[in-house]
Amino acid sequence: MTAVTVGEEIGPLVTGPVTRQLLALFAGASGDRNPLHIDIDYAKAAGRDDVIAHGMLSMAWLSRLVVERFGPQSLTSLQVRFLSPTPVHAVVHCRGVVTAVAEQAAGTAVQLDLWSDLDDGTTTLLGSAACLVEPARCEEKDE
Amino acid sequence: MVGINDTSSVPGIIGRRLAPFDVHVERDLLRLFCEITGFQSAIYHDVASARQAGYPDLLVPPTYLFSLELRRPDPYGIVRELGLDVSRLLHGGQEFRYQAPCFAGDLLRFEPRIVEHYDKRGGALVFLVRETEVTRAGQSVATLRNTAIIQTGATP
Repeated sequence: MTAVTVGEEIGPLVTGPVTRQLLALFAGASGDRNPLHIDIDYAKAAGRDDVIAHGMLSMAWLSRLVVERFGPQSLTSLQVRFLSPTPVHAVVHCRGVVTAVAEQAAGTAVQLDLWSDLDDGTTTLLGSAACLVEPARCEEKDE
Repeated sequence: MVGINDTSSVPGIIGRRLAPFDVHVERDLLRLFCEITGFQSAIYHDVASARQAGYPDLLVPPTYLFSLELRRPDPYGIVRELGLDVSRLLHGGQEFRYQAPCFAGDLLRFEPRIVEHYDKRGGALVFLVRETEVTRAGQSVATLRNTAIIQTGATP
């Protein structure tokens, strides 16, 4: 792993397409059984054309983007706003950029802006994270 | 600017503590979540590998605490109490603050409370913000902050 610098871009982590099967599996695995994500009849009755993906599915992918770069225990905070629904069949691009880096006794404190977007450019999630990167990890070389 | 009003139809909702609850972090469900979301590292799947990495058991990935918090009793009771339609509820935002890592085998205590309740666009949107403290054996491990947005159908 190379040194962290302000302006470093991480990702994109490209996932999907978001299939109905994935939404059904995520509903079971995440415990979020809201039928808006898995039952098209329910979605239509709620005024939508189709089911939409769980926002927390994209947030899980955004968190993966961060820990795959900075380490599994690196996150100290993570926050997003869900700006637009992710439709079924969408391909999701998770991206981040380092906005601040500060050396501390316990490691390197890193702040990031994070977002996810779709092929058509729609931003679906917008957020930020703070990480504390262990000193040993900063000295590791790229694999 | 869009007006923001205190929604006072149900007095005392801000600051209300919801029923605390305990969740045991199960290995198999944790593995399933990690498989579906693409957390492929062995520290999420194989106990021996997790221990070799210095962890007591499988590591909980960052957003899994949201799933554990969904086990709260009657998860949308407060939405119904407010006279709102659960099918019009959207997840507006989610925040996690981490104090310590969590692992399979942990017994976690969740203590949720309502911290904000307001409406926008003349009552067309109701915002309900819940913060949940998560502790293990009395020690703080994380705080979750969930913003729910409920469409009411009211016209501004």
